[in-house]
Amino acid sequence: MKILAALSGGVDSAVAAARVVAAGHEVTGVHLALSANPQSFRSGARGCCSLEDSRDARRASDVLGIPFYVWDMAEEFKAGVVDDFLAEYSEGRTPNPCLRCNEKIKFSALLDRAIALGFDAVATGHYAQLVNGSNGVELHRAVDPLKDQSYVLGVLEQWQLERALFPIGDTTKPEIRKEAENLDLLVAKKPDSHDICFIPDGDTAGFLQSRLGPQPGKIVDAVSGDVVGAHQGAHTFTIGQRRGLALGTPADDGTARYVTSIDVKTKTVFVGPPRLLEVNEVNGIKPTVTTTGFESGQKLGVQWRAHGTEVPSEIVSVTDNDLTFRTDEFLRGVAPGQQAVFYDGDRVAGSVMIDSARRLGER
Amino acid sequence: MVYLDHAATTVVFPEVIEIMTKHLSEVGNPSSLHTSGRAARKTVEIAREKISTALNCLPGEVVFTSGGTEANNLAIKGLYWLRNAQDPRRKKIVISSIEHHAVLDPAQWMEQMENAEVVFGPVDELGGIDLEALRNIIENDADEIALISIMFANNEVGTVQPIEEIVALAKKSSIPVHTDAVQAVGAIEIDFKKLGVDALTLSGHKIGGPMGIGALILRREFKPVPVLHGGGQEREVRSGTIPTHLIAALGEAVKISTGRIAEHREHLIQLRDRMISGIESIIPDAVLNGDRTNRLPGNVHFTFIGCEGDALLMLLDAAQVECSTGSACTAGIPQPSHVLMNMGISEEVAVGALRFSLGRTSSLGDIELLERILPETVERARRAGKTRQRL
Repeated sequence: MKILAALSGGVDSAVAAARVVAAGHEVTGVHLALSANPQSFRSGARGCCSLEDSRDARRASDVLGIPFYVWDMAEEFKAGVVDDFLAEYSEGRTPNPCLRCNEKIKFSALLDRAIALGFDAVATGHYAQLVNGSNGVELHRAVDPLKDQSYVLGVLEQWQLERALFPIGDTTKPEIRKEAENLDLLVAKKPDSHDICFIPDGDTAGFLQSRLGPQPGKIVDAVSGDVVGAHQGAHTFTIGQRRGLALGTPADDGTARYVTSIDVKTKTVFVGPPRLLEVNEVNGIKPTVTTTGFESGQKLGVQWRAHGTEVPSEIVSVTDNDLTFRTDEFLRGVAPGQQAVFYDGDRVAGSVMIDSARRLGER
Repeated sequence: MVYLDHAATTVVFPEVIEIMTKHLSEVGNPSSLHTSGRAARKTVEIAREKISTALNCLPGEVVFTSGGTEANNLAIKGLYWLRNAQDPRRKKIVISSIEHHAVLDPAQWMEQMENAEVVFGPVDELGGIDLEALRNIIENDADEIALISIMFANNEVGTVQPIEEIVALAKKSSIPVHTDAVQAVGAIEIDFKKLGVDALTLSGHKIGGPMGIGALILRREFKPVPVLHGGGQEREVRSGTIPTHLIAALGEAVKISTGRIAEHREHLIQLRDRMISGIESIIPDAVLNGDRTNRLPGNVHFTFIGCEGDALLMLLDAAQVECSTGSACTAGIPQPSHVLMNMGISEEVAVGALRFSLGRTSSLGDIELLERILPETVERARRAGKTRQRL
């Protein structure tokens, strides 16, 4: 097959490419330029948009003996990921940009272009596994639970999975590093990238503030209704957040208060005791089907954060446009905009974007 | 492999490799006073004389540099500082709007760091300098112009500029003229004296010499402020140990390439025109950029509507044909070319540009292979181009 190996400049994608080369495929390495103004050097362990990453990807291709190109996807990335990120936050939601990047860039803009140019599939360094099952290509968790990235791929559909390769999902990260070393890949010891690549300093609140501008509002106690503080922008808060609230008035019972909800229309941030964060019924919109569909009454595991744990759930109702599920235990810190990815064992069933959540009462 | 990127760098003459390796194996710094030093110096001066003979300048007017970029930097910055020191009103650097980055960027750097002002001479839709506009710029601001720098022939679209007419305009106001002739030497007859420019840039690896060597041909009466400070080895305007083997190689490359210019041009023009008509007949909506006849003998530059140049380049590369998008890269990211944009071509069209450049080793077979694979390549790149429009 003709494979396009997406090379970030990191160790995972380099080993992924090495494995498809070793499997005998005709492989071309492509590094995506996602920022119109790449910074020259990476700062700390963050960022995928630097000239240094581009060079590392090029050197990995040299070592593997494959052609290498840089593809400019800065416009697509800005429109599909960065602008979406800003729009979601300004609507009071909490997006996951990595998930959006997989959905809109790697397995859409990049995949489409690759197919049009004559490639059969795109290989990436994601930690996830693809299994050919009776219902098509199934997306499974990686064998390394610490690195599993099936969550951020949980928005992909059949047509995308059929043209994707995740060659390293069956291996643990330490083994991947060892393999890179054995292959003389210079990135074997390169630090992992974390956080959001287009916010290299890790200051998400500062990034949002600089892009969306200050939008001052009130902080209101969700229990008493009293105004207990002020803020510079509701978009810099996320549900479940405790730090940085700078509340002047302590709670009546003296306990810590958390962000429990955000109303962007009135620019109000509501805070309250942890009990108010506990929900067990969640509504989602735009369900995506990864392999099999959903049906009401179905029992599935659900994960709603990239590094969160999976909890048991039951699908209450499902249509083409929305889905409601309940959990036995209370979920804390569920925010609109997050993706709920459903698992049947290790297999991803599909996902839904969280729209609202509530507490059904003690069960 | 079909190599159609001779404007990026071209095949080194075997005679050049021979003379270069011979001198590389000899010890001796041309600035040393002993026997070995004198021998090295002799090699350097023979090379200087070869260049002065080939281009009709004085041997002392040849200033060796590390290449075209350094020669351009020395001309722009050095002549600006010289002229501005003589008269502080001279703050303007006049360049064409389609200069190579090796002229554009030093000029803009002077604007940012040295309070200079860059004035762009516009070009027409074929890439030719607008002489009337240039005349107005010169006549209106003659006292304020430090220097004029207009490239001899454009590296992307190949348009050749009327340098003698530009010099005539400038001379009326005694303004020095520099020309970046990196693409022209060896492809167009150049007589430095007759041309009348005050400074001319040439580069070794564009004419069958090695990379890392070039020269600024600089009229003897000019003493520009140096860009590199040190031992002052080259006429006290350029410092750095004189690389004997590279200079010997450059001298030989200039000698051979200018000596064989007539037959070389004929060979290239024949292939070029065959290639232009071939591409136009198989891809009827391909647009030739630049002037059909007033262009570098080895330059073919087309826009393929609906395609992205880098997609075409990749597909051709996979099919063993090497060419260029012709535009500058930042971290390998293709940007729409400022040359095409300033010729009035829209950004959407400019991204579909591809430059094929012919050289000494090019043959009809190269063109025939390109013609065989081009239709499918363009069709595929168009499909890929459509994926962008879904945004």
